[in-house]
Amino acid sequence: MNLLEAKNLYKSFGNINAVSDISISLNVGEVIGFLGPNGAGKSTTMKMLTGFLEADSGSIEIKKIDLSKDPINAKSIIGYLPEGAPSYSDMTVKSFLYFVGKMRGLKDELLEKRLEIMLKDINLTEVQNQIIETLSKGYKRRVGIAQALIHDPDILILDEPTDGLDPNQKFEMRKLIKSISKNKGIIISTHILEEVEAVCSRTIIISSGKVLLNKETKDILKNKKENLDSIFRKITK
Amino acid sequence: MKLYIEKLMIIFNREFTGYFRTPLASIFLLVFLALSAGMTFFMGQFFQRGQADLNSFFVWHPWLFLILMPAIGMRLWAEERKSGTIELLMTLPVTNSQLVLGKFLASWFFTLLAIIMTIPIWITVNYLGEPDNGVIFISYLGSWLMAGCFLSLTSCLSMLTKNQVIAFIVSTISCFIMVMAGFGLVLASVRSWAPLWLTEVIQSFSFLSHFKRIQYGVLDLTTFIFFISMIMICISINIFLVQLKKAD
Repeated sequence: MNLLEAKNLYKSFGNINAVSDISISLNVGEVIGFLGPNGAGKSTTMKMLTGFLEADSGSIEIKKIDLSKDPINAKSIIGYLPEGAPSYSDMTVKSFLYFVGKMRGLKDELLEKRLEIMLKDINLTEVQNQIIETLSKGYKRRVGIAQALIHDPDILILDEPTDGLDPNQKFEMRKLIKSISKNKGIIISTHILEEVEAVCSRTIIISSGKVLLNKETKDILKNKKENLDSIFRKITK
Repeated sequence: MKLYIEKLMIIFNREFTGYFRTPLASIFLLVFLALSAGMTFFMGQFFQRGQADLNSFFVWHPWLFLILMPAIGMRLWAEERKSGTIELLMTLPVTNSQLVLGKFLASWFFTLLAIIMTIPIWITVNYLGEPDNGVIFISYLGSWLMAGCFLSLTSCLSMLTKNQVIAFIVSTISCFIMVMAGFGLVLASVRSWAPLWLTEVIQSFSFLSHFKRIQYGVLDLTTFIFFISMIMICISINIFLVQLKKAD
C-alpha cells in the first residue's frame, strides 16, 4: 500500500535551488535510506514531506491526502524526528512525551498505554522523570524517536537518527527501526553508508537537490565490483 | 471548534507551566510586586496623598509593563526558533493560530496572576478608607488589557529574531514608543508642526492616553475596542510572521 507520494518537488531559497525535481514514493514495509553529501537537500526534502516547508511546486500526498490542502490530517499520519532531535529541554522526558501525545490527539488510557510502551521500548524508563536538559546526547535522541513514535504513525521520517550516538546505541537504534518497519513506511536520512546497508530496503542518493540514484538496496549490493561507498563517491563527485 | 480549543489549551498549559519550570516566574512575580508596591508607597506617596484610591498604584503600570512585559514575552518565539523546536511544533497537527493564541494567552494569564497578587494593596486602601471599588476594578481590567497589548506586540517581535536579548530590547523600545505617543511633551513637539488630525492620530494610538481614561474609572467603548483591536492586530501579524519566518 502506498503511504507517501511526492512528485516533482522544487524548492529554492533566493538564488539557491535546494531541491530540483525530486519525486519519492513510499510503501508499507519500506525503509528508504536518503543519502547525500552535506547541503544536498536531504533535510529540505524531509521538511517538505513533513509539512514544515511548502514546496515551490510539486505535490505531496500522504495516504491520498494532499498535504497542502489538508495539512492537519496529513501531518497526523507522520512521525518526525527533525535534525538534531530538538525537544523542550526544561521539561521532563515524561511530560514532554505527554505533551506531544496530547497534541497528536491521544487521550486518557491510550495515551498512558502508548507512553508506557515508548518508555519501555526505547529504554527511557529510568530517565522518565529527568529534565531533558540533563540527559546525554544518546538519551536526547531517543526522546526524539519516542516523540516521533508516540502516536504509532504509519509514516516515520527520521533526519539523521543515529548522528552522535555511540556504536552500541547505533546498533540499538537500527534494531528498533527494523523491528517497527514491517507495518510502516520509514524514510531515514543519514551519512552512514553501512546503516543503509543494514536497515534500508531502498536507497536514494541525492546531490545538489537532484536524485542521482533510486534503487532497491539489495540490487545495489548484488554488484560485487562496487559497494555503496564507491557508488556514492562516484556519483556525488 | 471543540478540537480547536483543546489543542489551544494544550499549548496554553505547556507555556503557562513553562514559566514555573524555571526561576523566571518567581523572579518576575517578586520584582513586579516589589516594584509596584515600592512605587505606590514611596514614589506615588500613597499615604501622604491622604486619598482612598489606587491612582498612585495604577499610574506606574505603563512604565512597569514597559520593561516587564517584554521580559515575559521575549522567549515566546525566539526560544523556539533558536532551539529548533519550532520545527517539531509546526509538524504537529496544529494550526499557526492555535500556536500563536495558545502562547499569547499563557503569557497574558501569567500577567493576570501577577496583577491578582497585588490585591493586598487593594485591601489596604479599603482598610484605610472607602474607595470607589468600581473604579479600582475597571483600572485593574484596563491594566490587564494594556499588558495584553504589550505582550502581543512583544510576541510578534520575538518571532523576528532567534536572540531573546534582541527581542527584549526591540520590544521595550517599541512599547516605549507606544506609551510615549501620548506623553504631553511628545504631543506638544508634534503639535508645533503637524496638523491637528495627525496629533490626534498619534495620541489615539497611545497606551498612556487610553490608560489614563481608565484610571479615572472611564472604560468607554473606544478604549476597550482600542486595546482589544491592538491585541488582535498584533496576533494576526504574529500568525503571518510565523508562516513567513519559521524556516529562517
